[in-house]
Amino acid sequence: MAKASTSGKKKAPAKKTNTPAAVDDNFSLSTLQDELEKSKRFKADKDQLLHFYEQMLLIRRFEEKAGQLYGLGLIGGFCHLYIGQEAVAIGLQSALDNDTDSVITGYRDHGHMLAYGIDPKVIMAELTGRAAGISKGKGGSMHMFSTEHKFYGGHGIVGAQVALGGGLALAHQYNEDGGLCLAYFGDGAANQGQVYETMNMAALWKLPIVFVVENNQYAMGTAVRRSSAETEFYRRGAAFRIPGMHVNGMDVLEVRQAAEIAFKHVREGNGPVLMECETYRYRGHSMSDPAKYRTREEVQDQREKNDPIERAKVDLMKLKVSEDDLKATDKSIRSIVSEAADFAESSPEPEPSELYTDVLVEEY
Amino acid sequence: MSIELKMPALSPTMEEGTLAKWLVKEGDTVSAGDVLAEIETDKATMEFESIDEGTVGKILVEEGTEEVKVGTVIAILAAEGEDASDIDAPADDASEDPIPGEGKDVGRDPSEAEITKKPDAKPRAEDPDIPEGTNMVKLTVREALRDGMAEEMRLDDRVFVMGEEVAEYQGAYKVTQGLLDEFGPKRVIDTPITEYGFAGIGAGAAMGGLRPIVEFMTFNFAMQAIDHIINSAAKTNYMSGGQMRCPVVFRGPNGAASRVGAQHSQNYGPWYASVPGLIVLAPYDAQDAKGLMKAAIRSEDPVVFLENELVYGQSFEVAQLDDHVLPIGKARIMREGSDVTIVSYSIAVGIALEAAEELAGEGIDAEVIDLRTLRPLDKEAVLTSLAKTNRVVIAEEGWPTCSIASEIVAICMEEGFDHLDAPVTRVCNEDVPLPYAANLEKLALIDTARVVEAVKKVCYVD
Repeated sequence: MAKASTSGKKKAPAKKTNTPAAVDDNFSLSTLQDELEKSKRFKADKDQLLHFYEQMLLIRRFEEKAGQLYGLGLIGGFCHLYIGQEAVAIGLQSALDNDTDSVITGYRDHGHMLAYGIDPKVIMAELTGRAAGISKGKGGSMHMFSTEHKFYGGHGIVGAQVALGGGLALAHQYNEDGGLCLAYFGDGAANQGQVYETMNMAALWKLPIVFVVENNQYAMGTAVRRSSAETEFYRRGAAFRIPGMHVNGMDVLEVRQAAEIAFKHVREGNGPVLMECETYRYRGHSMSDPAKYRTREEVQDQREKNDPIERAKVDLMKLKVSEDDLKATDKSIRSIVSEAADFAESSPEPEPSELYTDVLVEEY
Repeated sequence: MSIELKMPALSPTMEEGTLAKWLVKEGDTVSAGDVLAEIETDKATMEFESIDEGTVGKILVEEGTEEVKVGTVIAILAAEGEDASDIDAPADDASEDPIPGEGKDVGRDPSEAEITKKPDAKPRAEDPDIPEGTNMVKLTVREALRDGMAEEMRLDDRVFVMGEEVAEYQGAYKVTQGLLDEFGPKRVIDTPITEYGFAGIGAGAAMGGLRPIVEFMTFNFAMQAIDHIINSAAKTNYMSGGQMRCPVVFRGPNGAASRVGAQHSQNYGPWYASVPGLIVLAPYDAQDAKGLMKAAIRSEDPVVFLENELVYGQSFEVAQLDDHVLPIGKARIMREGSDVTIVSYSIAVGIALEAAEELAGEGIDAEVIDLRTLRPLDKEAVLTSLAKTNRVVIAEEGWPTCSIASEIVAICMEEGFDHLDAPVTRVCNEDVPLPYAANLEKLALIDTARVVEAVKKVCYVD
């Protein structure tokens, strides 16, 4: 029987059970925010920023294509696009230690997978329900995983991924592997009870977890102000003495800077951080959402004034990247996405016999 | 290259829609994100956005057209540097499926139905032999469960226990007694009263490579956590195409206790046994409790392990063996007989055995089967016994409707009909929430007399 390694390169502090988790009377919600305020934007060099730009653009073009394929009936069911929110996944995940850290999210998960550099072909083929899909076509848009990358899904029940993320963090602590779990959820999921059950235990046990609220302003069709008594989500960990951070999720460099601060705090054994990334989803909640709860002008305003990819583009220009280079990048990404779409359209559906596989791991 | 704009599917069920309004006209330049048209589906009016840049060449479907099939080319977009007026309309192909069979469950040859037939179940492993001369010791079920957990914790560092009062309090029902002393607080973790949260943490830790044993103080409280048991633990392996496992054990007392009223007295066996992706165990005696606990912890699949508070204190003979692991999915013949089969599990096995003794005095030789595993159910054991006795009664401490008993009845009807000499009969609790008053509680619960009566009825004895 294989045993888990108990020796890690970075030793996490042992858990104390009998002393109260919160003996520090000087708890301050804004400790980490204060640090972020000192220098809000990550100082990326040209190559780094170019890479962020490419990754964000890949997500955008991929999602546009997914929307297109959905329109053609090639993608079925629910399909939640990440367009507008790209900077959150890229800013955070670019700061991870991919050998140890884990990520978990909800059903709006395509972007988080692409941020890992997972082949767009197998993601798109999952969306079209093909055997070559990353879940063999048995999961679909909301249920995709890559244990190889320590990406634990892709979960369809709003908020469930937060408690599961707490478990992943517990495993990091238990194995003393020095890793942390990045658990994403939306402003809608932020009202689920289990989110707070998890925050309580995470703080109590000092679990290495970063809770990230991707506040895209609408829980399906319900605006934040109509669903939440406390709309400043970063403050919601205060009851558990979890420091909060309030981050512009439309700026990849600010998200990255916040990630650096939060991850350092967690890796030093200080327990969880709650980070709210203010972002905006350009498309409907899912493909079948007519988005009548907001004006077209509101969306257009975000697109024109606050777009994360345009912002990165401006920054790149300042770093003397030419318009032609960016056009070439766009072209190559379009061709990657087209290839993924062709692959996803042309690869075969799962064999009928796959119906009965993977229900259980073992035979009894 | 020109781009065909096709009637989009804007909801999971949309097959056709109305092209309500064009918001662009031929010759307009559009960029990605511009709204081209409004389309009415059966549910809503949706905006149809452009994904590409270009010039609107030809509009092929006029606004106001109803019943436009998904996939119909409704307009042509000319790309940069193309003359929009040069573009020809494509041949009308809307009547045909644009991409035959793609993404839809059509076009499958009837012969493929054969392929989708469920693979035949393999014969189940037998219990390992207990060598002659093995020392037998008396153990309570409570101790046996604890010993099973402790043995596995010694063997595998990944195994840990979490739940309410499992550590310092030594277990609300003392099942985890002594574990904290031996394994320490890292591996025996007291949780707050927060079932949904810690069931999720347990499932997540299993996904992350550990082997959690999550104790529910009783399975009644697991109702708060049932989402994680079913949606997170049971379905993940399938949804991930076999990539992500969730080897967690959810355990705790199940079924009616004594005088604790309706909210604390329920058998969840049938609930969990209906869920593909779960293993559901409900042993009766100490030997099975220990051997199946070990199997549950070793299983790569999520296990719901249903214990019974009223049986915790009962003592049984247990073989003193180092590593006696029992097979999951294998029923056990508790008493051989030739006249009638009584199928049972958990606490009702004791009732069935008592009934069999009483019936023996009246000349009826009953065979008693303990299912032990509720999922996957050992159909073979039931059908083999049915073929021998030709009569089946099911004794279940739980509600009759949609019960394990109902499932056994269905199996006997579908696969054992030719062997039946009498209707398969259920003996369950009354179909009411469990009352508090002592007399009413007694009336509501299954007892020996009712099993005896049912057996006599199927044997046509007065």
